[in-house]
Amino acid sequence: MITRRDLIKNTVAGIAGLSLPLVSVKIINAAETLFPDRFEKPSVLWGFVVDTYKCVGCGLCVKACKNENEIPYNIPLSRTWVERYLILKDGRVLIDSPDAGRDGYTNQKVRDTVVSPENIAKAFFVPKLCNQCENPPCVQVCPVGATYKTTDGVILIDRKWCIGCGYCIQSCPYGVRFFHPVYKVAEKCTFCYHRITKGMKTACVEACPFGARQIGNLRDRNDPVAKIVLSERVAVLKDAFGTKPQVYYIGLDENVR
Amino acid sequence: MIPEIQELVVHGADWTHKELFTYPNEYIYWTIQIVMYPLMTGFVAGAFVLSSLYHVFGQKDLKDLAKFSLVFSFALLLVAPMPLLFHLQQPQRNHNVFMTPHFTSAIAAFGLVFSLYAALVAYEIWFVYRKHFVETALSLRKNADKTMVENIQYFTYNLLTLGAYDVSKESSERDEKAVKLLASIGIPIACFLHGYAGFIFGSVKANALWMTPLMPVIFIMSAIVSGVALCMLTYIIIMEWKKFNAKRKHEDRMSMEIKGAEIEVIRKSSRYLIYAMIAAITLEVLDLVFRGYTAMKSWDILRSVIYGKDFANIFILQYTLGNIVPFAMLLLPGLTIRRTVIATILVMFGVFMMRWNVVIGGQSFSLSFAGYMHYTLPVIPHNAETFREGVGGALVIAVLPFIFFWFFNKFAPTLQFTKKDMSE
Repeated sequence: MITRRDLIKNTVAGIAGLSLPLVSVKIINAAETLFPDRFEKPSVLWGFVVDTYKCVGCGLCVKACKNENEIPYNIPLSRTWVERYLILKDGRVLIDSPDAGRDGYTNQKVRDTVVSPENIAKAFFVPKLCNQCENPPCVQVCPVGATYKTTDGVILIDRKWCIGCGYCIQSCPYGVRFFHPVYKVAEKCTFCYHRITKGMKTACVEACPFGARQIGNLRDRNDPVAKIVLSERVAVLKDAFGTKPQVYYIGLDENVR
Repeated sequence: MIPEIQELVVHGADWTHKELFTYPNEYIYWTIQIVMYPLMTGFVAGAFVLSSLYHVFGQKDLKDLAKFSLVFSFALLLVAPMPLLFHLQQPQRNHNVFMTPHFTSAIAAFGLVFSLYAALVAYEIWFVYRKHFVETALSLRKNADKTMVENIQYFTYNLLTLGAYDVSKESSERDEKAVKLLASIGIPIACFLHGYAGFIFGSVKANALWMTPLMPVIFIMSAIVSGVALCMLTYIIIMEWKKFNAKRKHEDRMSMEIKGAEIEVIRKSSRYLIYAMIAAITLEVLDLVFRGYTAMKSWDILRSVIYGKDFANIFILQYTLGNIVPFAMLLLPGLTIRRTVIATILVMFGVFMMRWNVVIGGQSFSLSFAGYMHYTLPVIPHNAETFREGVGGALVIAVLPFIFFWFFNKFAPTLQFTKKDMSE
């Protein structure tokens, strides 16, 4: 039987318990408590800046990349490539990237059309590479988790675990992925992860004679790349897909695809 | 460094022809086997739904077809994942999907959904055929001097009974209840299995043609269309074969009866086929109209593909020949077997073309929206890849379900049309 005293006691205790704000309760994560260093925000986030004003379309970056990353030289596939854009005075847009722009752009022929310079309103080159998206669709769709994002923001592929279904290739809006012709697994630009984690620059950045490509740490405010991203007018490719690319472009034209 | 190798296979280069500007790494990576994959899972789902019409909703006139399509569904089910094995670059690693399923991926759960569904269909078949297994096992047991074949049969049937020999009336009633329950659970799972195949495509945000929330629903509807059509056609072929045999043995009365029963089943099931076709076509047209009306950035290139490059594939082969013509043939009064055969073949062709236009059509334009890619189906293979992802590989996938079905039929006869049935 409940006495009056019990009723009052229980009511007061119940109200006190209910009014205890939820924020005062903290769920303790065992892993976080035991290994706090693993849960700290990493001090490095790799970012890339491409200055399209500086690119002359020589193709040295593509050559360097192919050599560095074991992509057979004489196949049309490449981890990075350079596109040429010609916007003609009549409004037509001509784009090409023969052999990924490996041999440089040395003539005025776009595919089979010879374009005379007086018809050109503007022309420029756009180097492309993996955008190492903050929200990468390729990682999302990999059925086996063979492609993954490192804590410093680079997307990598486990060549020993990839089953080669091609779903990641389909899901990338930038078309950076392909099947490696020798290893028969998905392949793409890794920002030369094996180099940057040892304090070196990527092969393409090293090879560029004009400084059109730069790599740096976006978390370090004194890093030249971070400074450009913070203080200059930069844009990313295809932002409508919500992928949040980490490759920023200076002087990106509206015609760039 | 990789040593210079003479022949490097660039996956996709054998069958992709590029036009205007495409990114260097763009090729048609998903080919005929990825057309076959949703086609096969579609047949599975459709066949199962057809059998469930009898088991769950008690459509008595579909009794013959129900047993048959259930077993056929199982045969198709075993083949459904094979196109993926043919297509994978590392098929020997396929089990990785089970070992480390990465559940944010639409493909990761395929193994689980598929296994669940396979188990369910196997159970249902067992309950449907339990009595037959027991009876056969018992009759073989009586036979004192068995031949080697009969011994194997005896062993197999004993195994198939799983030790449950009770075929009393109460027990049979319980079996029926189990079948009904399994079939009812099976319908949503069958729809999920296939709607899920649609989700694999519909969720690829990079692909302007694939990305639509309607995709799973469109896939389910066209799955039912194709599955019902396949079951009808196969049923007709088997019945015609039996009729032919009866005629050869001069059993005229039986031949006539088979004919009568056959057309009855066909007329009934063709009505379900028509309903499913209406739903499928409505959704597909809705999708097309919506894309044109909203005219997002991608519409320019999509329009040039849909109304230009793929016009014949979409409007002539898929919609006209695969939808409108058979639709009219099935609707016209006085449906005959011959007309049904032609109509069901056209319907299946239409669904095949729909899969083709989604899978290949979705890759026929560049992600840059500034160029196109054309697909040439490899007919005569010149290496392993052009066989696996060519006509040869597709034919293997198309033929296998019939071989499996023939084999299953040995133990679980689907269309017994004997004198005993006649007298019932």
